[in-house]
Amino acid sequence: MSSGPGRRRLLGALGAAAALAALGGVVRAQSEPKVIRILAKKFEYVPGEITLQRGVPAVLELTADEVTMGFYSPGLGLRAEIVPGRPVRLDVQPAAAGDFEFHCDIFCGEGHEDMSGMFHVV
Amino acid sequence: MEQPIDRRQFLKLAGLGGAVFASGLAGCAGRTQEAQQEFYFVQMSDSHWGFKGPALNPDAAGTLQKAVAAVNGLEYAPDFIVFTGDLTHITEDPQERRRRLAEFRQIVSGLRNPNLRFMPGEHDASLDHGEAWKAQFGPSHYSFDHKGVHFVALDNVSDPGARLGEEQLGWLKADLEKLDRGAPIVVFTHRPLFDLAPQWDWTTRDGADAIAILMPYANVTVFYGHIHQEHHHMTAHIAHHAAQSLIFPQPVPGSQPKRTPLPWDAAHPYRGLGYRSVEAEDGSLKLTEYPVVRS
Repeated sequence: MSSGPGRRRLLGALGAAAALAALGGVVRAQSEPKVIRILAKKFEYVPGEITLQRGVPAVLELTADEVTMGFYSPGLGLRAEIVPGRPVRLDVQPAAAGDFEFHCDIFCGEGHEDMSGMFHVV
Repeated sequence: MEQPIDRRQFLKLAGLGGAVFASGLAGCAGRTQEAQQEFYFVQMSDSHWGFKGPALNPDAAGTLQKAVAAVNGLEYAPDFIVFTGDLTHITEDPQERRRRLAEFRQIVSGLRNPNLRFMPGEHDASLDHGEAWKAQFGPSHYSFDHKGVHFVALDNVSDPGARLGEEQLGWLKADLEKLDRGAPIVVFTHRPLFDLAPQWDWTTRDGADAIAILMPYANVTVFYGHIHQEHHHMTAHIAHHAAQSLIFPQPVPGSQPKRTPLPWDAAHPYRGLGYRSVEAEDGSLKLTEYPVVRS
């Protein structure tokens, strides 16, 4: 088995490749949009206050366990119908800072009119 | 019984009420002088029978009856009275929903005028797609003609997503096609057809489709409820008028982050609660707002 300079160069090349691959993995991981899970339940969103960064993409993953719920944020142009057992994913990349309300726009029960939350875009 | 009213008598009557707002049907005087006769109707809305919340209305179990008495006290009987939705307050119990609808109907049967037109609101109809409401009151969208004016009632609440839906929109289009483009048309809805305050759910998801169907007609006026306050808006030549409620007032659209109802004002009880009359005469509509209880 060779143990000369050729092997060291090969090991060095492999090491460099591994380092690059790892770096690439880090870069890819950093560019992956953050996933924010939101549960729509009678009669609130959990969490109800969500902070987003201006210009930074994120993914909202919406679920409901009880009845069909709505999710509507006119200010951010987001809207979805959340059927129990069928998670919905929405891409969001806020263009401006500020507070943006969201609410249930599918009449879901006695507390429907109070079912809302807020995005804080910083 | 239909009862013609004398204009001067009506103005005297209107003078007893609140603000007078002339609107709608303007511009069709030339046409309607031949076909449209003088009459008036009353709009009542959002009585939310069954609501309990003393901070908003400590007389929730008595306000509707006061409104009935007030309308019965009008000097001249309206040709008809229309209720533009949310007759009852939301309940998730189907039996309680039916009980409230029946109680509401029993109370308004005290109106001396038997010509009543009903419409659902989302509190009445959104949890069961209008099933209980229709069992009590019949079809939730319909049209009728009265003294030269074509009336259309649209249901934008039985779908919990606040849609009229393609079927109803198709029905509306077909219903209007028999009219000429200058015909006076009055539309009743519960929710606004336009985007008044989408962040407060004060909208109809496909309301723009209904407005597009109405737009070719020159003389269209929409009366609606839902927002618990008097409000007037134009989409091109189409006028939209929201009515006060009979339970508690809501804030001005977009005036605060949340649509929290306005609290009861003990110094001015029943403030913001009322009904309106709409007089059709000489090709125009004249709106007069009345309080539930005169101060």
